Amino acid sequence: MKETVLQAEHITMQFGGVVAVNDLSLHVDRGEIVALIGPNGAGKTTAFNCITGVYEPTNGRVSFLGKPMVENYPQGKLAKTYAGEHQGMFKEKLSPTPDHITRLGIARTFQNIRLFGSLTVFDNVLIAKHMRAKQNFLSATFRLNAKEEKRMREEAMALLEEQNLAHLKDEIAGSLPYGLQRRLEIARALATDPKLLLLDEPAAGMNPQETQELTDFIKKIRGEYDLTVFMIEHHMDLVMQISDRIYVLDFGKLIAQGTPEDIQNDPRVIEAYLGVADDVED
Amino acid sequence: MLKETKSKKGAFIALACVAVLLALTVVLENVLDPTRNIMLFTVLKKGAVYALVASSMNLLNGFTGLFSLGQAGFMLLGAYAYAMFTIPSAARDSVYYLYGGSAIRFSLPELFGGGAFGLILGVLLALILAGIVAAAVAWLIGLPVLRLKSDYLAIATLGFAEIIRAVFQWDKLGPVTNGANALKSYPTFSSFNIPGGLRLSTFVAFLLAAVCIAVILLLINSSYGRAFKAIREDEVAAEAMGINLARHKRLSFCISSFFAGVGGGLFAMFANQVQAKTFTTALTYEILLIVVIGGIGSISGSCIASFLYVACSEWWLRFLDTEVTLGNGFKLPFLRNGFRMVVFSVIIMVVVLFFRRGIMGDKELTDLFRKRKPKTAAGKEGAK
Repeated sequence: MKETVLQAEHITMQFGGVVAVNDLSLHVDRGEIVALIGPNGAGKTTAFNCITGVYEPTNGRVSFLGKPMVENYPQGKLAKTYAGEHQGMFKEKLSPTPDHITRLGIARTFQNIRLFGSLTVFDNVLIAKHMRAKQNFLSATFRLNAKEEKRMREEAMALLEEQNLAHLKDEIAGSLPYGLQRRLEIARALATDPKLLLLDEPAAGMNPQETQELTDFIKKIRGEYDLTVFMIEHHMDLVMQISDRIYVLDFGKLIAQGTPEDIQNDPRVIEAYLGVADDVED
Repeated sequence: MLKETKSKKGAFIALACVAVLLALTVVLENVLDPTRNIMLFTVLKKGAVYALVASSMNLLNGFTGLFSLGQAGFMLLGAYAYAMFTIPSAARDSVYYLYGGSAIRFSLPELFGGGAFGLILGVLLALILAGIVAAAVAWLIGLPVLRLKSDYLAIATLGFAEIIRAVFQWDKLGPVTNGANALKSYPTFSSFNIPGGLRLSTFVAFLLAAVCIAVILLLINSSYGRAFKAIREDEVAAEAMGINLARHKRLSFCISSFFAGVGGGLFAMFANQVQAKTFTTALTYEILLIVVIGGIGSISGSCIASFLYVACSEWWLRFLDTEVTLGNGFKLPFLRNGFRMVVFSVIIMVVVLFFRRGIMGDKELTDLFRKRKPKTAAGKEGAK
């Protein structure tokens, strides 16, 4: 029996009259690598933002490690104009801020890289350690937390060494080449000690060789950090190679799910997204 | 490990530099005749006060990325809090003569038994109180205001500073704030001159400002300082890294206001009297100008710029304000009252044109030393 890490139930996200995500239900089990694919504008990133607290879903519930984490139902004006399904199914409102969700153990990266551009590589990783520190601002200011600060620095350094970024630690993050920035963003996410890692198009803008390196890298960190990975990706090579399961989203609706083989042979997916045989690569 | 010992060595060198500078102020003030060099010591004292206020503003605007223009309001709160708690009981009736005496019946230096000991403790406690009052008010207005971003936050805090200024001039509050009249007779920097002995007024100004700036620097280089910088760089990413935006923004706002309040107290000590009408938006802009000229995100820049700014506006350009008639009766053009400010504005424009990112950019003095000779991580930030 596998432990379910992330479960989304009937997530609907409505912006005015536009339903960006419509009745999305999915689950990610411990140790899995699950991909969410679909054409541009299908609502993949919106779904991610609902899970990580950037948006409040209009309706639905997200549970993490068996506990409800985000939950909402249409209220006020939205109750009348709500265009999704399952209205009235959820009664509670839980809307933690993104930092709270990160604290629970969900880390994410962004589609357009969001590093702390003018800070050093080392500081980028070190900042992620701030969240779990017990110090308060007085003990931190007057250096009464020397032990903790030292431990944070050592952990950050160890992480950089594991990710082969140690030699770059004093470089300014914004000046790194694109591929390294992606790696650093993942390293920074790992520094928050996550159980679940959400990757939003980690291979965007990478050439085939870099993509291959990333594939190996994701596989490696899953083993090393006992991670569960949920990602959005357009590079079908990467997706088909490492995913255990795939969800396909089109116009906000889930149109297929299953193993990579199932997906590749699903006529609806081929029509909506993959296309005919020779341009499988998006 | 290597880096840690290096930064420790740097800290010791910085500390030594501050000590030397402080000793220098004592020597300077006692060797030179203060009555003949009024300008020099005015500039030094005012520069020290402005350096602290500019550093506090830099903490918020430069390091946390919150564009706030409420500095004058927080200085006002600090200055009034300091003055109200330190006016000697004997002088209260004459200061508050319009309102038939003060509502506050004690004076902190007297509570500590008067004398030199009471003066030091009383002034210190009053300054801390000044900071706490400013921080408490900052916490309150931060609740609604910190939800705003960039320009809107600037407008809201600017409005707050104006409201505070109006409230403190309100006649009904007269017994506390003395209405639109000045508060005076409280201990100033000159109170620390030992009669017939050492003159310590400039030293005290430098010491208090240096201690506060050192605390700001320690905060900036701590884990919390890194979190502030993360918020400045990218709020969304910072939040995704587990940094609670609301809490950290409020923290930065309150700490910045605390030091603006202390700075206000020091400003009161410098100016010998406190009146709400001095804390106008123009004062905030002066501080903002210092922060921008020094470099947004550089505390040593703020310190250097504040001394240059004060020296330029108060002292070095004074000669432009006096009319000069040459021996043959030729009157030099332009030189008349007010011309100083014209030249000053031009100088500022030139500085801004040629130093786009301020004198120091976002570097500290220590960084400059490190780059050139990596072995001596020397510096004297916080010293100026």
